[in-house]
Amino acid sequence: MEKKDIIQSFKDSLFTGLIALALFGPIVGLRTASKGEGLFITPQWGIVFLLVGLCILGRFLINLNSARKTEITFFSKFTSKFSAITEDKAKHFAITAILFSAVFPFLPFTDRYFMDVAIMILTYIMLGWGLNIVVGLAGLLDLGYVAFYAVGAYSYALIATTFGWSFWICLPLAGVFAAFFGILLGFPVLRLRGDYLAIVTLGFGEIIRIILINWYEVTNGPDGITGIPRPSFFGLPFKRSPDEGETSFHLFFNLEYSTMHRIIFLYYLILVLALITNYFTLKIRKLPVGRAWEALREDEIACKSLGVNPTNTKLTAFAIGAMFGGFAGSFFATRQAFISPESFTFIESAIIVAIVVLGGMGSQTGVVLASIFLIGITEMFRDLEQYRMIAFGGAMVLIMVFKPKGILANRKPTILMHGDKK
Amino acid sequence: MEYFIQQLVNGITLGSIYGLIAIGYTMVYGIIGMINFAHGDIFMIGAFVALISFIIFGLTGVALPIILLLVLLIAMFFTACYGWTVEKLAYKPLRGSFRLAPLISALGMSIVLQNYVQVAQGARVKPMQPLISGGLEFFKNSEFIVTVSYLQIFIVILTIILMGIFTYLITKTDLGRAQRACEQDRTMTALLGINVDRTISITFIIGSSLASVAGMMFVLYYGVIDFYIGFLAGIKAFTAAVLGGIGSLPGAMLGGLLIGLIETFWAGYVSLEYKDVAAFSVLIVVLIFFPTGFLGKPDIEKV
Repeated sequence: MEKKDIIQSFKDSLFTGLIALALFGPIVGLRTASKGEGLFITPQWGIVFLLVGLCILGRFLINLNSARKTEITFFSKFTSKFSAITEDKAKHFAITAILFSAVFPFLPFTDRYFMDVAIMILTYIMLGWGLNIVVGLAGLLDLGYVAFYAVGAYSYALIATTFGWSFWICLPLAGVFAAFFGILLGFPVLRLRGDYLAIVTLGFGEIIRIILINWYEVTNGPDGITGIPRPSFFGLPFKRSPDEGETSFHLFFNLEYSTMHRIIFLYYLILVLALITNYFTLKIRKLPVGRAWEALREDEIACKSLGVNPTNTKLTAFAIGAMFGGFAGSFFATRQAFISPESFTFIESAIIVAIVVLGGMGSQTGVVLASIFLIGITEMFRDLEQYRMIAFGGAMVLIMVFKPKGILANRKPTILMHGDKK
Repeated sequence: MEYFIQQLVNGITLGSIYGLIAIGYTMVYGIIGMINFAHGDIFMIGAFVALISFIIFGLTGVALPIILLLVLLIAMFFTACYGWTVEKLAYKPLRGSFRLAPLISALGMSIVLQNYVQVAQGARVKPMQPLISGGLEFFKNSEFIVTVSYLQIFIVILTIILMGIFTYLITKTDLGRAQRACEQDRTMTALLGINVDRTISITFIIGSSLASVAGMMFVLYYGVIDFYIGFLAGIKAFTAAVLGGIGSLPGAMLGGLLIGLIETFWAGYVSLEYKDVAAFSVLIVVLIFFPTGFLGKPDIEKV
């Protein structure tokens, strides 16, 4: 490298440092804190200088790196290799993953905590797969997916607590309600362009949440709904001492009573629900309506000229996605036995969208990897609660910048003309 | 009647704040065709910088007009740095990528900024003593006295002055011409020897500065802020931009005023709990019935 280059990159780094100082100086350096009456400033210059130093160093290293003409950064190298491996072996991966998840509850190291995390990851996988129909296949960015999750959870909770019907009746009803909401909300707005649609769906998500908070008579407001019935194993409840005339799960199978039975049952329940979502998506992709979704995603005008009705086609995607969101919602309600509007904030929608986008829109395997990655990692750093979301948002930006199509970019057409092998 | 006038005054004040934020959305949309989702959080950062400088200057005991001017300039400068950096880091590398990529990146940036401020400044709400108090009272003989506070007058006058400067900047200067040219055709503008990247950066700087002024007004008007204010204010300002016709600058101001008025009247006459629903419903209705807004140009899609 020439001397001129080094001086140039040095200047550049100093400029970065100045900008970093302007960024971190007031917000990080002057922390406001309440003391008695009014606010006072606590200076924290140490952290500011550390951050500025890091920025200068980072910029200098990047400059050195780019001067050596190594355009491909470590990050994109890593991910492209990764996607090359997994795309070839996607089928093997899927089979291994299903087998592993089937035996997971009985592995020696699996305890209550692992099971809880696994159930959470599976819930997000299911939500991700549901949203993947809308975002990945039909190309409609839905930032209010949590609304359908909430509708599913609340309709399950309300039906189950008011009528006392069993889980297996409430679950499809909750799905139907969510799908109905999907049609109701989708019908007026689906003709909008992509980014407008994103903002409108976000608005819907917020409207639903505000209604849940304020409609006290039905939803019990911010206090939420308690005492939601737990699911039973085909009529056999998971109770230590069953009511008169009832047989509980452990008595029927002659087992020692354990709370793990219910957890394991919930685990298999969500696993099956998620796999149904996946199976459904894989099948519908090969049907005319699935093909129409993907075609619409690629070129709406071409689709219109070929006689595809864009609004109806999008509406089916929206409704089906909403239905799976509703199923996941009722699972959530029955697992928690308590729901409140707090569980259905915008950030939840953002997490689900991030899972779909990070995984590579349209890729089913990608959703699994992204859920494990995002939920697993954030679970590991539980103690660093505050920094977790910064890392989360940062990952979204970085992945978009370096790999705008996600970890497993899978936008290969599912159907090809004869002879066109590529 | 008196109550109506009071709501009108409050609505215009709130509308000025929304209008200033909406300009940032509409300018960015006009020039690079993306929704800058992080703009609401830029506004929030502006509010925090203003709060911090108010506290610092409050200790020195300088005269009030000087404090206001200094805080205004400081907030504009530091917030503009944020706007500039966000564009460089999160949007510039994505130019020419598929359409939803910048939106998702902006979403990530918004999450980062919110949580960054939460970590750096704490999650609690930040109260501030009112700096400008008092006001003019009208209809003193009737049951309901209409109060127009000096603060409201200050906010509206400052907005009008800024709008004047801004309109001059866009319509009369070279910078404004370059900016409008970039909106129409970026490639052609580049061929004519205009630095498109720099023009886009300046757009972000102007948008962020105006948002920071709105942030300062917000601190003065409500006297309490937290790291989460950017989300709702951002959505409402975006609604304002769409209502006025996205891409149109007078439209953004008009839309801001309308959203401010709708929100205050809704809160005053219909229901306080559902005032945020009003803003979202207006957004949805507008997008369905006038997708181009009041002053926007029709959007022609080409194959």
